[in-house]
Amino acid sequence: MAEMDTSSGGGHKKGPGVKKPKKQSTRVDLTPMVDLGFLLITFFVFTTTMSQATAMNMNEPKDDPNNQLKVKNSGAMTMLLGKKDQVYYYMGELLDPNKQFKSSNFKDIRQVILDKKKATPIGDLMYIIKSDKEATFKNAIDVLDEMSINAIPPGHYAEVDMSDVEAQLIKITEQANGIK
Amino acid sequence: MSRAKIPRKSTNIDMTAMCDVAFLLLSFFILATKTKPPEAVAVISPSSVSTKVAKEEAILVTLTKEGKVYLMLGDKAHKNAILDDINTTKALGLSSTEMAKLRKTEFIGVPFNQLKSLLNLETPMEPGKMPGIPCIDSTNNELTDWIRSVTNAYKGENMDNLNLLVKGDNAAKYPAFKSIKESFKRNDQYKFKVVTNSEPAPPGSELANNALLEKK
Repeated sequence: MAEMDTSSGGGHKKGPGVKKPKKQSTRVDLTPMVDLGFLLITFFVFTTTMSQATAMNMNEPKDDPNNQLKVKNSGAMTMLLGKKDQVYYYMGELLDPNKQFKSSNFKDIRQVILDKKKATPIGDLMYIIKSDKEATFKNAIDVLDEMSINAIPPGHYAEVDMSDVEAQLIKITEQANGIK
Repeated sequence: MSRAKIPRKSTNIDMTAMCDVAFLLLSFFILATKTKPPEAVAVISPSSVSTKVAKEEAILVTLTKEGKVYLMLGDKAHKNAILDDINTTKALGLSSTEMAKLRKTEFIGVPFNQLKSLLNLETPMEPGKMPGIPCIDSTNNELTDWIRSVTNAYKGENMDNLNLLVKGDNAAKYPAFKSIKESFKRNDQYKFKVVTNSEPAPPGSELANNALLEKK
């Protein structure tokens, strides 16, 4: 294969009485390097796939005023998305804001969702998702992602408009927690 | 005295091997990767655990972090049909040269009243500077009209061919996304896909456990 020829060329004169230096072959055989190169290439070819953008399915329910979905209070959990990646939630109906309204963030909400799922029969289970004006696209997608991470079947979560009472509650909680 | 002569060494290195490897890598990348479809504006998408693949040529609604909405109209045949439809329904009055120019544009990012002047510009406007399709104001949701033309163009075909794709920036605010959903709903399009970066299912979660059970 390739070789580097660094042996002394036959250029110099032999001076009288000068000892000829011992010629050492400095030829480097590059075959192993190329083999390793090919090996690495083959490794990458077989173990990687070109990353494709994945798509998340979204199913929007029809806004049919005649056919409003009835949800049992015992099985309902409402999640409200606010600014700065905050998640507020309450179980069932909002009767006593002081006791029921809780704040959380995206890391802890997973456990709450799971606990609710374990505690409720599947027929009654419903997660209601409401987003604030200041919530970001990422928040909306993340919460839907949480639904699929926790294996909540479709039909047991829905996105709804936020009511004024809830928006007001969020503002109060934000001020209390010092979130700007 | 004999001159001290520097022994001359040959500095020729045979580069054949390195050349081979370089061309091999090059061929690999040419054959194994596809060119990225043209983007309106750089958008950082959120990540999700979804494993479904987004179709290449779809009707793509791009939502930037400032809340601007751009629309890309998929493959050529449908694009022409959609543009013709929007010209007649909105009475834009575009001449044939302007229509030809419009067909060549990659994406739409201006309200209807600016479309004519945009096409007559000397130098094409940068996508970043375009104001985006207005849709946040519910009384003036132009995206609804665009999607109506889209559904008209796909009439008579298998509706599975119509792929509505939404690509939003992480920092885009929710009301803009809501109005995009509104424009879809008004046209009876209840199913659409959101482009996300893929992320693996978190270990220990239900989804990951289900996946493991399926593998067994």
